[in-house]
Amino acid sequence: MTLMTKFLGASAALALTAGAALADPALIYDLGGKFDKSFNEAAYTGAEAYAKETGGSYRDIELQSEAQREQALRRFAEAGFNPVVSTGFSMSTPIASVAADYPDTKFVTIDGFVSPDEHPNVLSILFAEHEGSYLVGMMAAMASKTGTVGFVGGMDVPLIRKFACGYAQGALAVNPDLKVISNMTGTTPAAWNDPVKGSELAKAQIAQGADVIYAAAGGTGLGVLQTAADEDILSIGVDSNQNHLYPGKVLTSMLKRVDVAVAETMAQGADLETGVMVLGLAENGVGYALDENNEALVTPEMKAAVDDAREKIVAGEIEVHDYSSDDSCPALSF
Amino acid sequence: MDKMPAWADAVLVPLISILLAAILSALVILAIGESPLDALNLMVEGALMRSSGWGYTLYYTTNFIFTGLCVAVAFHAKMFNIGGEGQAMIGGLGVALVCLFIPFPHWSIALLVATAAAAVFGALWALIPAYLQAKRGSHIVITTIMFNFIAAAVLNYVLVNVLRPQGAMDPATATFPAATHLPTFQEMFATADNPLFRGSPANVTFFLAVLACVGFWYLIWRTKLGYEIRAFGHSESAAKYAGISPVRITIVAMLISGGLAGMMALNTTMGEAERLVMNATEGAGFIGIAVALMGRSHPVGIFLAALLFGFLYQGGAELALWTNIPRELITVIQALVILFTGALDNMVRMPLERIFLATRRRNG
Repeated sequence: MTLMTKFLGASAALALTAGAALADPALIYDLGGKFDKSFNEAAYTGAEAYAKETGGSYRDIELQSEAQREQALRRFAEAGFNPVVSTGFSMSTPIASVAADYPDTKFVTIDGFVSPDEHPNVLSILFAEHEGSYLVGMMAAMASKTGTVGFVGGMDVPLIRKFACGYAQGALAVNPDLKVISNMTGTTPAAWNDPVKGSELAKAQIAQGADVIYAAAGGTGLGVLQTAADEDILSIGVDSNQNHLYPGKVLTSMLKRVDVAVAETMAQGADLETGVMVLGLAENGVGYALDENNEALVTPEMKAAVDDAREKIVAGEIEVHDYSSDDSCPALSF
Repeated sequence: MDKMPAWADAVLVPLISILLAAILSALVILAIGESPLDALNLMVEGALMRSSGWGYTLYYTTNFIFTGLCVAVAFHAKMFNIGGEGQAMIGGLGVALVCLFIPFPHWSIALLVATAAAAVFGALWALIPAYLQAKRGSHIVITTIMFNFIAAAVLNYVLVNVLRPQGAMDPATATFPAATHLPTFQEMFATADNPLFRGSPANVTFFLAVLACVGFWYLIWRTKLGYEIRAFGHSESAAKYAGISPVRITIVAMLISGGLAGMMALNTTMGEAERLVMNATEGAGFIGIAVALMGRSHPVGIFLAALLFGFLYQGGAELALWTNIPRELITVIQALVILFTGALDNMVRMPLERIFLATRRRNG
């Protein structure tokens, strides 16, 4: 409390921090930025939902550099924000090195993993993206007329390979003779925000015969979706529900409910239960989007098959291989 | 020809440039409905009024000193090395390899070996464009910037496929062994009742950067090689006539330049993250160009310019933390400073020169 008042005193003249009351939550976006129409934006949507529902306020920061990761965690913790929620797997190491210094603050890492035994005040939220991708892969295979489906990833990192691997498994489960083309946009963080390159990759895949393309590439995916719509083929969105971007052209979106995770952890406040949480199909943490924009595209057979697969995955009858478990993929080579 | 006094050239021109950039930034902040005075307050308070703020400012400064010196060496030989970014990435790879695979007994030995590795890796990455320039005439601007992308791809391949611990999501190496931990300012200066530099990343590499400044001055102005580099930079044909080999100077200058860029990775990789991450350089290679331009390729100027950019980076982080000024706008402010001090240098210099000459004529 004294630290808090001291801080507020120091910048009282600024009135910029007026919103900061004790135990407000804070949110740290990864380098992709707040409005990426995808992963980080889902976190923002969740935070806004929290603010609307509870009338509470929160503070957020868009990171600009690697060194700011630890800095943002420390400054928010010192200023009394609780919990401090962060998006992106890159936050796990900084959180692990900071958490012990602020035992009363709860830290949340979405997509990252911090050992709960070593750091009891950290909640790691992981999503079973391979399960959700499996379902949209099935839909892609059933919607494809050419027998070729595409995948455009963002930066070539294990997380995105996990998406691609689940997608390929789902597609091949429907039709073992299907061709799955996979491309990564790049090798630098710029690959998350390069719609032009996304568009080029989509065109290249269309030239190879792909007529359904799944984009798991943050802002880059917008270029993929647009090109797919222009070329009159289908695309699949990711993270947020992107069906509305090109109604009738986006087959579905692989939902990753980052928004729900953020809103719920924020609502629990300082009493947040820590540990490790894996949100898969069973927990509705991932899934596919069905709304008025794509209901004409999803046939009843498609829906029946996917819902059946969903139940089988939840029941453990179908096992979707997780790329990150052993860094290999049976259905796709990178 | 008459010239304006040296102090005006070295001090007055940059100061007016910064002032112009500040005024323009203030207008931009005003336009989005925030108070520029409060923003400045917040930046100064966050970057310079607390020791942990200084810890961050000096951390960024260390990066910019190395990359600034890197660009400056090439400038003296009239070459434009914009590949500092890639050279620093590969330098980081050198640091990571020695830190991970050599069991060091003490950090001081680790620092010495890692410094050598960073410099050698960075220098080798600069060697290829240097050779192409010297022997084939491929323009160094084109080749060095292309080598940045190749470096990013190489690093990504190595991190994702070779050095990444099994099952880890992050494209990064494992954490370095504890023996390679460099003392931070906190460990060096903080006492029990005076917790200075708490949690900030500034570390012993800063002193290495200062040493590099001194070494740079000695090399360029006190050695035969430095003389040859400067002579080559002033006039290639005159240098040739004096028996200086253009091929040798081009390659040697670029090796030194690449080595300095590589050494920047010590600070981010060994000093801060203690593992090699994909994004370790964060554009410091490009900021180095602005630092070298603003510092007139002189170590004192480079040190001060690096300090200014360190302040802008840390102050920018504070703005991002506590205001609603969007991240893009903070980049705009940083870019304005680069624009005025680097690109629009003559806009301030020429009128100033005329004023000085006019007053001198009147007095004379």
